[in-house]
Amino acid sequence: MGTTAPTVKDNRVKLLERAMSRQGYASHALIEVLHTAQELFGYLSVDLLKDVAKKLKLPPSRVLGVATFYNFFSLKPKAEHTALVCTGTACYVAGAKDLLEASEHRCKRALAKGETPKLTVQQARCIGSCGLAPAVVLDGGILPRVTKAELEKKLDDLGV
Amino acid sequence: MSVKTLTIDGKMMTGVEGDTVFTVAFHNQVQIPRLCHLGGVPDVGACRMCLVEVEGRSKLSASCMTTIEEGMVVRTDTEQLREYRKLLMELLLAEGNHVCSVCVSNGNCELQDLATHLGVDHVRVPYRHPRREVDLSHERFGLDQNRCIACTRCVRTCDEVEGAHVWDMAGRGEKLHLVADLGEPWGNSENCTKCGKCVQVCPTGALFTKGSAVGEMEKDRSFLKYIVYGRERHQWVKKP
Repeated sequence: MGTTAPTVKDNRVKLLERAMSRQGYASHALIEVLHTAQELFGYLSVDLLKDVAKKLKLPPSRVLGVATFYNFFSLKPKAEHTALVCTGTACYVAGAKDLLEASEHRCKRALAKGETPKLTVQQARCIGSCGLAPAVVLDGGILPRVTKAELEKKLDDLGV
Repeated sequence: MSVKTLTIDGKMMTGVEGDTVFTVAFHNQVQIPRLCHLGGVPDVGACRMCLVEVEGRSKLSASCMTTIEEGMVVRTDTEQLREYRKLLMELLLAEGNHVCSVCVSNGNCELQDLATHLGVDHVRVPYRHPRREVDLSHERFGLDQNRCIACTRCVRTCDEVEGAHVWDMAGRGEKLHLVADLGEPWGNSENCTKCGKCVQVCPTGALFTKGSAVGEMEKDRSFLKYIVYGRERHQWVKKP
């Protein structure tokens, strides 16, 4: 992510268009299309939602309703790195709260300095890997049975 | 179309296949409490107030979403149901910010009327006091999310009757709220035709006509009957 050259952007628009066309612009393919859009752009902008609504022949409010219902979709651009802290029962008991606080502290520290945080912190109810509790998914890679110190080190390595 | 016979509260009733328990009961003068059902627009079973007991089923069924079956035995007003409805009402009252004394719909509110009818004199669950928005950007109407009970009557009426589908529900759980188009202020909505049908069908003071003071907002949804039934029967002139 970061700065995007216009040619790359055009390609993403084309890929989204192709995803919609593959579904025959069917209105029931909304979630599928939003998935593709989220993966391509990293977030769903108002213009993007408007475009999807128009092409799938859906009311804009319906599209927004679906986009805000699922945790997977984000309406705001994400930071360079993402940390998904599992707060399911097993992880919570094993100390997910500390991990969450440690991650959120990074964002607060950046904001206090007047910088844009390089980390987006998300919470999951359960990622379905209770045997690995407490677990954090950092940039798509899972950190199993992670301690606060280990997480801090990983975040330091990423420079967030 | 076959006719089905069922028993509701000990009385034999008949309905056509596909009818809901709620409709059959209503036509036979059995009033089941409800907040989200609205004659003329499709049901969604959002409010759960119309829960009934059906013999042979272990779970309670929302009568507006249950189609009738031959020989069905339904009870709509048992001690347990009354207690559940009371609790549901208390949860609704605790979930939003329903302050009758400063509400435009005070005295003409379906939520208030039903709470009175159910005998809710106090709320046993802690109030949540959520922070919610008020949208006064529309030239004629206002939206107070604090008074919204998410019945989706406005959503369905705007979609089915007016055909504009301005409204929908966004978010979920405690963040569930009403949105116009892509979450912009109502007044900026391109799809809104300013017809005011949503305002008239809203059971509470969440949607109201601007300029109404406390207790002044009286709603009239008689137009629904003319539009919906008139459309079905191609009857464009009101009966004299």
